[in-house]
Amino acid sequence: MAVTTNNYGTKVWARRTSAKQNAIWLGWFSGTALFVYCWQQINVATTWAFVWDAPRIAGDLVSRAVPPRWSYINELWLPIWDTLNIATLGTLLALFMAVPVAFLAANNTTPSKLLIRPIALLIIVSSRSINSLIWALLLVAIIGPGMFAGTIAIALRSIGFVAKLLYEAIEEIDENQVEAITATGASRLQVLVYGIVPQIMPAFAGITVFRWDINIRESTVLGLVGAGGIGLQMQANLNVLAWNQVSTILFVILIAVIISEWVSAKVRGAII
Amino acid sequence: MLQIKQLLKRYPTGDLALQRVDMAIPKGQVVALIGPSGAGKSTLIRCVNRLVEPTSGQVILNDRELTKLNSNALRVARRRMGMIFQEYALVERLTVMENVLAGQLGYVGFWRSFLRKFPQSSIDEAFRLLDRVGLEEMIDKRADELSGGQRQRVGIARALIQDPELLLVDEPTASLDPKTSRQIMRLICELCEERNLAAIINIHDVALAQMFVQRVIGLRLGEIVYDGPPTGLQPDVLTEIYGEEDWQATIEKVDEEDEEEAAAAAVAVAVVVEEGVGS
Repeated sequence: MAVTTNNYGTKVWARRTSAKQNAIWLGWFSGTALFVYCWQQINVATTWAFVWDAPRIAGDLVSRAVPPRWSYINELWLPIWDTLNIATLGTLLALFMAVPVAFLAANNTTPSKLLIRPIALLIIVSSRSINSLIWALLLVAIIGPGMFAGTIAIALRSIGFVAKLLYEAIEEIDENQVEAITATGASRLQVLVYGIVPQIMPAFAGITVFRWDINIRESTVLGLVGAGGIGLQMQANLNVLAWNQVSTILFVILIAVIISEWVSAKVRGAII
Repeated sequence: MLQIKQLLKRYPTGDLALQRVDMAIPKGQVVALIGPSGAGKSTLIRCVNRLVEPTSGQVILNDRELTKLNSNALRVARRRMGMIFQEYALVERLTVMENVLAGQLGYVGFWRSFLRKFPQSSIDEAFRLLDRVGLEEMIDKRADELSGGQRQRVGIARALIQDPELLLVDEPTASLDPKTSRQIMRLICELCEERNLAAIINIHDVALAQMFVQRVIGLRLGEIVYDGPPTGLQPDVLTEIYGEEDWQATIEKVDEEDEEEAAAAAVAVAVVVEEGVGS
């Protein structure tokens, strides 16, 4: 904000000083220039023959995939059930580990800001920074292929997500209620159960179903690296170019995701 | 019963909230603590139950020095000090009954409280208190469904179920309309009288304080500048506490309102008499 006095002695107000205004203009100009330059580089590096060919290839692929081979669907019920189990068990497992981590990480509940809080934050960051597919790749190598590796992979990836959102909810609680419970002579654990837990329950329920919903989608691809679930069938069919069976799998996944969306919406509505 | 000696509180920011405050409150006395915002009223009552740690000085409740207690002994001492808050500070998502029973947390173990298995004696007392504050119909309602006045009544019941010797009351009426404010103040003062409880009530509304309490303490910038009966709050005293202002209106209003109430009561009596004659 800039207030200047002009020649007539009138005070003039402008949103920014002219130096700041020029700096902002220069920022936009260099941003645009960079964009144009990058566009050119990409242009040079693209094999345009492939791109022009893309509609035909896509059309060919669709014509092979449609109609889906519906009879194949009976072989998919078990894998999709496995997938749902991986997602659900993984989410539950993550909750058990994420809740304590969240309480240790939240500013207002951590026992030690200097020692324990950084450790809890490190757990959260490291869990979040690795994709569940990568976790699965590592775990398949360590504990062998199968659903167990997939479940653990989903759990490890979810800890950070759940703990981060939960500790933010804990930090936003109304301290008055905590103060009131403390003033009754309640112990620390009682303050936690009466003063804090009721306040974060809606957030906790929302985060849980949200993560479960994400995990169902993530667990459908874990099979690609051998960690169980419907991804295994997907990979097998992709390898033999059985596109009409791939489309059946995609259809089943779509149904599962729609159901999970519906369930999480219901749960969220019921609890809040 | 409650003695405060040379109580000093300096916040980490360097602000001196209380400057060597001394006061003594005998059993059964209700004291109003008045003063401008930032005078240290809230800090003072929070230093008594050590929700705020005093920097130096002593708080002595029935010969026990609260300021020296370790955290376990402090918990035990807090059970006998009920606290009532400005924004009610109820646990919003718990029911009225759970909120009242929360006042018993200091007396029951963790698992019993976690599973809501409170002793029958506590539950009897909760029913009795809810009846006394006029909320017997609301027991299963969630706290966030209640109106302001009703919430404050739950807050009062929660404080009283602790079986306190002392009530610490922080701006009980600041979020309430004038009529409800009076009802709440009257309820608090009646209950103190019934149970012979001492109370410190922080209050902004000078007129309201004058109506209900026996003793007023005026706090200004962390120092006591007035300590005496409510009738002693003359314009010069209020100027000393709050600063220059036309205080005549504030004081007069109290008298007028009293007269109005008396007049209203007289009308009510007359109506009853007439009805009696008519039938």
